[in-house]
Amino acid sequence: MKRTLSIILAATMIAAVGVTLGGCGGGTQEKQEINVFNWGEYISNGEGGTMDVIAEFEKKYNIKVNYTNYESNEEMYNLIKSSNSAYDVIIPSDYMISKLIAEDMLNEINLDNVPNYSNVMDDYKNLPFDTDNKYSVPYSGGVVAMVYNTDMISEKPTSWKVLWDKQYSGNILMFNNSRDAMAIAMQLKGITPDVVTKADVDTATSYLKEQKPLLKRYVMDQVFTEMEGSQAAVAPYYAGDIAMMMENNEKLDYVLPEEGSNRFVDSMCIPKGSKNKELAEKFINYMLEPEVAKANAEYIGYSTPNQKAYDLLDDEMKNNELMYPTQEYLDKCYYFSNLPDDVYNYMQEQFLQVQS
Amino acid sequence: MKKIGTKIYVGLVMLFLYLPILLLIVYSFNDGKTSVWKGFTLKWYVELFNNSAIMSSLYNTILIAVCASVISTILGTAAAIGIYNMKRPLRTIVNNVSNIPIINPEIVTGVSFMLLFAFLGGILNFEMGFGTVLIAHIGFCTPYVVLNVMPKLRQMDNSVYEAARDLGCNSGQAFRKAVLPEIMPGIISGLLMSFTYSLDDFVITYFTRGPKFQTLPIEIYTMLRRRISPTINALSTLLFVTTIVILIVVNVRERRAEKARGEY
Repeated sequence: MKRTLSIILAATMIAAVGVTLGGCGGGTQEKQEINVFNWGEYISNGEGGTMDVIAEFEKKYNIKVNYTNYESNEEMYNLIKSSNSAYDVIIPSDYMISKLIAEDMLNEINLDNVPNYSNVMDDYKNLPFDTDNKYSVPYSGGVVAMVYNTDMISEKPTSWKVLWDKQYSGNILMFNNSRDAMAIAMQLKGITPDVVTKADVDTATSYLKEQKPLLKRYVMDQVFTEMEGSQAAVAPYYAGDIAMMMENNEKLDYVLPEEGSNRFVDSMCIPKGSKNKELAEKFINYMLEPEVAKANAEYIGYSTPNQKAYDLLDDEMKNNELMYPTQEYLDKCYYFSNLPDDVYNYMQEQFLQVQS
Repeated sequence: MKKIGTKIYVGLVMLFLYLPILLLIVYSFNDGKTSVWKGFTLKWYVELFNNSAIMSSLYNTILIAVCASVISTILGTAAAIGIYNMKRPLRTIVNNVSNIPIINPEIVTGVSFMLLFAFLGGILNFEMGFGTVLIAHIGFCTPYVVLNVMPKLRQMDNSVYEAARDLGCNSGQAFRKAVLPEIMPGIISGLLMSFTYSLDDFVITYFTRGPKFQTLPIEIYTMLRRRISPTINALSTLLFVTTIVILIVVNVRERRAEKARGEY
């Protein structure tokens, strides 16, 4: 009696597992699907009358989009590497793309299927991490800049050095992110931070240790609260986010430091596991359509690499030097390249040590 | 004097507990995307229902929580009864083994589920998604049900079951009519506990979600790089208000039932 009961129970359990898994796979036959993996809050989603980019795509091509998010490049890398999941489109940043290429994790994109690629600005083609435009199509980009409060700093700073200025002790914020923080320190020490060695990391570490007593705190997204609430004088951050802060607090202004800064771009790629390469290319092509790219640029607030979308922006945005810096400034900028694991880990460790 | 002190203390504790939620509710009415107050608005509540990504994440979260808690309650209750009726050494061993998922750090559980599903998925040709998240949730919820039902079984007088059998019940009837009512409070608290754990689980879902499935905690986490959308404040406010209303209704009904049975 007991035995039969337990057998029945076990059987139902196994059946339940089968049904749930089977039910999951069953839906795929009716409609074509693609799996898109993007940063959180990094696409126009229909909020406040904007364009709902994903919904429009689904309607236009009758393809279902499974849209999921990640929070950092490393997180995305690990999920793709260690699960057997088939993502069709991912949007990593520059240095992560070179890592993915080096590890043979990306499919070549057939640009014949992406006619809208011609909309991409020349400036965003042949980038150092993908010199032949084989694996990536730019989606969104920008530079690192500085935001400061005009009430607390009367004269417009010109250099990263202001972040080490004792005058503003206790009112300075710094990146809570090893790569960005170290890059600024390296620039001031005369090192170009794109490719670095352990010795460069040591130099930056000791300089950051000098800076630490002057800091209010290390921040990432808390920078919004701090700067918009006039609770700190100066902080380095990403240009698009600074523009957003300035909208919320008119006392804020930006600085493009004379040393130049890090330039970043997040590009659309197709990972090797993709089962629908052509649909993925269709999606990428759609994302490059001027109206779509414009909607995304306006929602995200970063610079668009899409010339046709740029042309559609209003003049105030087009002429915003923070968002679209002059060529002269861009020439002083650099892209991050992928660091060898040991240097990258060393950098992480040293940065933790600075903070502790 | 002493009373005033107690009141102040309780007041402070309450303030500390509820101030964050209060702030969140206030900011859900803020006509601006950040912590700067820009005037009153209800637009985030409108946005919330128009935001298909958030709504589908919410739907996924609730669907998983309901399925996982119901299934794990059934499995957990059956397991508790089975373990309870085992002989001494085996009972201790099985009981301890079933507690491992509770003691185990979530991240270890999550990663090991991912490895298992990735491995099995390669062989059996399935992808991670709703099914794998559900199995993982059942996996970590069931021990909580066992944990809640077990003490009720120990408290129960075994002769109740025997008496029921003596009076002509077959084993099924005896279980339903004598045992089940005795352990019901444990089952209910197990159900509620697994529901809440499943609802706000982040780590394990994160590793087992696959490319097609996303729940609310993950959606909120990934907003961190930019800034958390105020629609999330609106959603949290609605969830909070719903919980409060349910609690009040339950309490009022209990009070009424007690009154109807005569004062305690």
